[in-house]
Amino acid sequence: MSGFRIARGGLIDRSANLNFKFDGKSFTGHQGDTLASALIANGVHLMGRSFKYHRPRGVISAGASEPNALVELREGARREANTRATIVELYDGLTAQSQNRWPSLENDFLAINSLASSIFVAGFYYKTFMWPKSFWEKIYEPLIRKAAGLGTASKEADPDTYEKAYAHCDLLVIGSGPSGLMAARTAARSGARVILADEGSALGGSLLFENEEIDGTTGSTFAQAVISELASMPNVTLMPRTTIFGWFDGNIFGGLERVNDHVAVPPPFEPRQRYWRVHAKRAVLAAGAEERPLVFGGNDVPGVMLASAMRHYANRYGAAAGKSISVFTNNASAQRTAVDLQAHGINIAAVVDTRKNGKIINVKGGKSVKSVSLADGSHFECDAVAMSGGWSPIVNLMCHRGAKPIWNETIAAFTPPDMGSQFTAIGSASGKMLLSECLRGGIAAGTFKGKTPPTPKCRDEAFAIQPFWWVKESTGKAFIDYQNDATAKDLPLANREGYGHVELAKRYTTTGMATDQGKLGNVNAIAILAEAAGKSISEMGTTTFRPMYTPVSFGAFAGPFTGHHFQPVRKTPLHEWCVEQGAVFVETGLWMRSSWFPKAGEDWLTSASREVKATRANVGLCDVSTLGKIDIQGKDAGTFLDKIYCNTFSTLSIGKARYGLMLREDGVVFDDGTTSRLADDHYLMTTTTANAARVMSHIEFCHQALWPEMDVQYVSVTEQWAQMAIAGPKSRATLQKIVDSFTLNDETTPYLVAKDITILGGLTARLFRISFSGEHAYELAVPADHGNMVARAIMQAGQEFGIVPYGVEALSIMRIEKGHVAGGELNGTTTAGDLGLGKMMSTKKDFIGRMMATREGMVDAARQCVVGIKPVDKTMKIRSGGHLLNQNDKPSMANDQGYICSVAWSPMLNMWLGLALLSNGRARHGEVVKVFDGLRGHHYLGEICDPVHFDPKNERLHA
Amino acid sequence: MLIPCPHCGTRPVEEFTFLGDATVIRPTSLEPSSMDDWMDYVYLRDNPRGNYAEYVQHSGGCRAWLVVTRNTGTHEVHSAVAAKAMKAKP
Ligand SMILES: [Zn+2]
Repeated sequence: MSGFRIARGGLIDRSANLNFKFDGKSFTGHQGDTLASALIANGVHLMGRSFKYHRPRGVISAGASEPNALVELREGARREANTRATIVELYDGLTAQSQNRWPSLENDFLAINSLASSIFVAGFYYKTFMWPKSFWEKIYEPLIRKAAGLGTASKEADPDTYEKAYAHCDLLVIGSGPSGLMAARTAARSGARVILADEGSALGGSLLFENEEIDGTTGSTFAQAVISELASMPNVTLMPRTTIFGWFDGNIFGGLERVNDHVAVPPPFEPRQRYWRVHAKRAVLAAGAEERPLVFGGNDVPGVMLASAMRHYANRYGAAAGKSISVFTNNASAQRTAVDLQAHGINIAAVVDTRKNGKIINVKGGKSVKSVSLADGSHFECDAVAMSGGWSPIVNLMCHRGAKPIWNETIAAFTPPDMGSQFTAIGSASGKMLLSECLRGGIAAGTFKGKTPPTPKCRDEAFAIQPFWWVKESTGKAFIDYQNDATAKDLPLANREGYGHVELAKRYTTTGMATDQGKLGNVNAIAILAEAAGKSISEMGTTTFRPMYTPVSFGAFAGPFTGHHFQPVRKTPLHEWCVEQGAVFVETGLWMRSSWFPKAGEDWLTSASREVKATRANVGLCDVSTLGKIDIQGKDAGTFLDKIYCNTFSTLSIGKARYGLMLREDGVVFDDGTTSRLADDHYLMTTTTANAARVMSHIEFCHQALWPEMDVQYVSVTEQWAQMAIAGPKSRATLQKIVDSFTLNDETTPYLVAKDITILGGLTARLFRISFSGEHAYELAVPADHGNMVARAIMQAGQEFGIVPYGVEALSIMRIEKGHVAGGELNGTTTAGDLGLGKMMSTKKDFIGRMMATREGMVDAARQCVVGIKPVDKTMKIRSGGHLLNQNDKPSMANDQGYICSVAWSPMLNMWLGLALLSNGRARHGEVVKVFDGLRGHHYLGEICDPVHFDPKNERLHA
Repeated sequence: MLIPCPHCGTRPVEEFTFLGDATVIRPTSLEPSSMDDWMDYVYLRDNPRGNYAEYVQHSGGCRAWLVVTRNTGTHEVHSAVAAKAMKAKP
């Protein structure tokens, strides 16, 4: 409890007090604070427990790389796990909970793990919890998850909204420190369209907290002037609170804008977050560099912090990490921390520099720092430790497309690969450690044409580093990866056990995993692993950098496409009529189809059975508008269809319809439907509902890529027509009442006729005499806008005959009664022969799938083909999915004879019926097989029969 | 990834549907002896690292089938030509 608020200075508004709660306790901070800075100012260092050992942990960094201070932010439906206290902007009423502790942060029961830590070495989970296998799923994993697990998600629906947006620019500048600001200003002044994005709440990058002098003024004043100028320019878009998280093909960048994460509840009509896709002609990476921790005993005790983070908190937020501080470094930059903190009146207990052979061996303290002990035997009392292990350019984005960063000996860090002029790195992101280099590099990157403008004058602080990776004398635990509790000793262990490759070591030790993806620890890990393996760091190389740079919420990816807006809803032109008739709808793809039309008290089966009986006895009306309809015209339309279908359409008479079967090029059935010839050069194709879009695309491909010389045009007219099936013995009498001036009979409208007519006194319509139900039936198509009106007229006309509306369920029952194949049988594995349609395949022409359909395996007599099936016990219910076996065989893959594809309760035959695929099935009608339904524990005998269960001679069709 | 549709201009990849290898040519023979050619046409594909010509449909745009040549290593798109125009050339 040693942090405090410095009396003066910083970029916070001390007049604005903000109240917030952390683990139920109330605190006060100021406008401009982060949750982390406010907690430090309130003397709170303990912010979490570590993942594996449940060690007390405090904040390490002041930014996006934070591995320790992960909190559950907000409550209820807005609760968000694993948010970094270092980037959470403080607002009045904020509530946050620490994670990984039980029952409380101060008294963590599972810290016992830490005492047992000799067994918690790398690969522990793999070694210990592997046997017996079933224990893993049921016992070990849930237990480990409960003990360790990061934050927990809210199980309530997210009440906030998210947006997606696109942006285009000449120059995208990622990062708004000195280099980024110069690049943006230079480009903007020359008229280029510039986007300047920065993950921070305020623009300015390191100028917000480093004491710099540029053009005779302070760094932050200089930054403010540049930002004001940029804000006034119409060709510049400033995007604070926006993390560019990924670089993708075509110089496209993904960005996440935290629009309203800094308030308790987003204002009305505003999203919480916005997902950006930025198309940049050029981009510059000015993301800066990340300071590395040093690896020494107790480097995770709360109060041990990155040196730059410590001065960041002091200079920007007026939050001091302690009253007396030890500094431990291997490079020149940490000197700034000592100087700045001293200027704030804070005592510097010791500056320990490895370049002068100084080493901190251990930090003493449990929940806060008490003292440090040095290699030379000396001890210093202090309440915080600032450490600096050097600087790593933030190369991530430039490596997102597969390139690897390059090791630079001089600065002891990986620098970005050369990715050409479309994306370049500047400033410390490119390994330039002097302010003047940053300013100059920014100006050069922003110069599109003409002379490079002059660089502002500034004071440089020399940078020098002598790599130092691990204080081996340490007796306490020395952590490499705080979030995963990986210690320095784990890496040589991984190497000894054969996991010395950098990618293997990552998985074996878990170094570099989880929400921070090793932003702080990876370079230390690579260096220690390289040493253990006897390789250079350059030879060892890095693991793969992948998007996202920092975690992106699922809400942002989903954007507005959630719930009702997840996908569009397609309603048929007859939807209104269906609603009037009391339809229950079913989603079929995007379509809402009328499933059944219950009367009071009816369940679906009662309703569908009644609809079937009424249709077969009298007449029924069904909405079949969802079937795909493709209008095909042109001199070669017939020849083209001959290529698409396995049967012939060029010979079809004008005014007639024909059932057509399409194969894929591999010989398997693709789709079926009725296609009519309306004129010499004009056909109308229908497809199944499910395949409408696929068939359209297939037709486009066949014409454009295979036979472009053919004179044929095609367009989908699915949505232009409302289509109704009128089926049953009274269908002709019903239709007769609405058609204009002609008598319906077998001469004017024979089976399979397709003709343009008018109805109801001049309305356009197309009449087809086709049947899916097996009844004497018609389909009538009218322009979509007339659909509801015509359906009502048909209902009125049919009233005297007892007409009923029927839905997809009744349709499905009738097609199974009739043995007509549909989705269950056209399942992407069946050939025309399997479906009993082998004779449809023409031998006189080329068509898609012809040659492949002749292969040995495609015509094998043992293939499973469509048969009918019914239970031997006629009172029994059968269900699809059951496998068919010879009566005396045991269930096994080798004995499998086929399976049931479709079933229905037949109200006409008063029993359950099905269609099945059965090996050599056509020769097995009458055979009794065993049905094995292991999923439902249901086994019974079934009788194989002809697929046409009802009206086998098709007498009703022609009645 | 951006694809320069010859009809619609440069558009994002989400508007397109990829089918696959555009270098295979559908055999014309229906003789059983041509079965090997058909097997190659239907099933045999190269999987090159480098330039690759693919059939791609601008399904969310003009619906034209294109032959798009891209580098499978870098995803750089070199050209996008209407399949129709491609086929017209010998
Ligand atoms: Zn297009």
